[in-house]
Amino acid sequence: MTEGDIREEILDILESIAPDEDLTQIDDGVNFRDQLELDSMDFLDIVMELRKRHRIQIPEDDYVQLASMKSTVTFLEPLMKDIERV
Amino acid sequence: MPKDFLKHAKDEYDVVVIGSGLGGLTAANMLARSGYRVLLLEQHYKLGGMATWFKRPGGHIFDISLHGFPYGMLKSCRRYWTQEIADSIVQLKNIRFDNPMFSLTTTFNRHDFTKLLTDKFNVAAEAVEGFFDKARKMDFQDDQQLTTRQLFDEFFPGREDVIRLLMEPITYANGSTLEDPAISYGIVFSNFMSKGVFTFQGGTDRLIQLMEAEINRSGVDVGIRCDVKKINCDGGRVRSVEVGGRKIKTRAVVSNANLKHTILNLVGEEYFDRQFVEEARAVRLNNSSTQVYMALKPDERIEESTGDLLFSSTAPTFRTESLLSRDITSRTYSFYYPRTRPAGRPRSLIVSSTNANYADWASLSEREYEASKQDLIETTLDALDKYVPNVRARIDHIEASTPRTFEHYTQHVAGASFGTKFEGLQVSFDIPKQIEGLYHAGSVGIIMSGWLGAMNYGRMVASDVDNLLAAAPAHATTKAVT
Repeated sequence: MTEGDIREEILDILESIAPDEDLTQIDDGVNFRDQLELDSMDFLDIVMELRKRHRIQIPEDDYVQLASMKSTVTFLEPLMKDIERV
Repeated sequence: MPKDFLKHAKDEYDVVVIGSGLGGLTAANMLARSGYRVLLLEQHYKLGGMATWFKRPGGHIFDISLHGFPYGMLKSCRRYWTQEIADSIVQLKNIRFDNPMFSLTTTFNRHDFTKLLTDKFNVAAEAVEGFFDKARKMDFQDDQQLTTRQLFDEFFPGREDVIRLLMEPITYANGSTLEDPAISYGIVFSNFMSKGVFTFQGGTDRLIQLMEAEINRSGVDVGIRCDVKKINCDGGRVRSVEVGGRKIKTRAVVSNANLKHTILNLVGEEYFDRQFVEEARAVRLNNSSTQVYMALKPDERIEESTGDLLFSSTAPTFRTESLLSRDITSRTYSFYYPRTRPAGRPRSLIVSSTNANYADWASLSEREYEASKQDLIETTLDALDKYVPNVRARIDHIEASTPRTFEHYTQHVAGASFGTKFEGLQVSFDIPKQIEGLYHAGSVGIIMSGWLGAMNYGRMVASDVDNLLAAAPAHATTKAVT
């Protein structure tokens, strides 16, 4: 997956987690929490979804890497670059 | 021969969940949805734990803990349960307070509370905003030295009336006190303040029926009247559970039973580090409760203006000791109108709740106990007359529960109706570090208490279990997780 693919995948997961939020206006450099109504359970669900879809294990200490779209994509790129896009 | 409630249970599972409170139910459902073989065992004949109800002649259905929970339940139900369950969550709009300091009605959200605090209580707007912002930013990893009383004193020094307004409903919701860590208050209070207080339309019975149908769809095997006697561990790992004369093998156990009961009785202290056992022993249980259940005659109605939840007190100020005292001065009334169960027979019911100490009830002789229960009923009727005029003449059925009742039905140590104090959270978190495959998802640390806390904790633990099982080499007999 390219960084663009990973971004699309994260958006798809966010769509299922926060169906009421407008995701078209997301600013990649700004923390999700400052632009979406996400709580710690939402972040846990993102981690679970990544595990379920791609078998990616994210240790709890690395959850902070999922703060913004930019940091999430940067963090996931080495873990997901060999995964085929579906 | 007695019915075999484990007739359909297999000899081996990926996960055995002990206890079907909302935490246990949610963990079981999430894990079964992930493809694991899950067995859910409940000692009682009904699922739901403290999310429960009972029926009495005359078409009356009493809910124990239905009123109310924060808006977050809607999101959690949609994601961890079904859209149908989420769609039945409705707001309780009339939250009332009546005590010697003030009487008011509120929707119990940040907007309305800000207005009340500035207009009616004459608190500076900056203090109100500062308080709300600080409470909202609180996280359970933060400093726990600050107590709730200190938090209030920082923003509202000398304002016992403001403290009462802010504290009384949370004490009702989870048993927390002014002496508990401020973070446990801040997290729960902010959850409520985001949108107000909510309930489940159709009643607890409908919620649990829908959840039962959903866990069946997800493929959870369920055993009721299945009292687990032992969790067997060996070589630092969970191996099996003993129930109904059978030994059922499992890769993981999620205990939704009382924290201390899980560690000290179900597993046994010899399987844990000595220091961990000491920490577990030192965990303080939260208090228990008394409740008085009153059903009005079928044609009697309660005025809607009476409110949905009423925090009443005759005590001059808010004090933790007086809340727990046998000499009851504070009662929280939940008023259940026919709209609680739109599809059922129209009935009007009232449940009066008061926090209580187990020790005050445990040692009573049978005669003293019955007399104390009767006294609880009579004094509650006297107090309620102010809000429901002539209530004695309009009542069809009345009965009371005490800490002993809670102990009997839930098997919670000391009848604890709100789990443990804050330190229980860390002990609960640390269990898997002691024994591989053993998890606890119950009411702990105040913040994991209540319907929302319990459900979310069940989901968090399901994630941890999934992490372990997905990483560990699967047994030959384990079906692939897809």
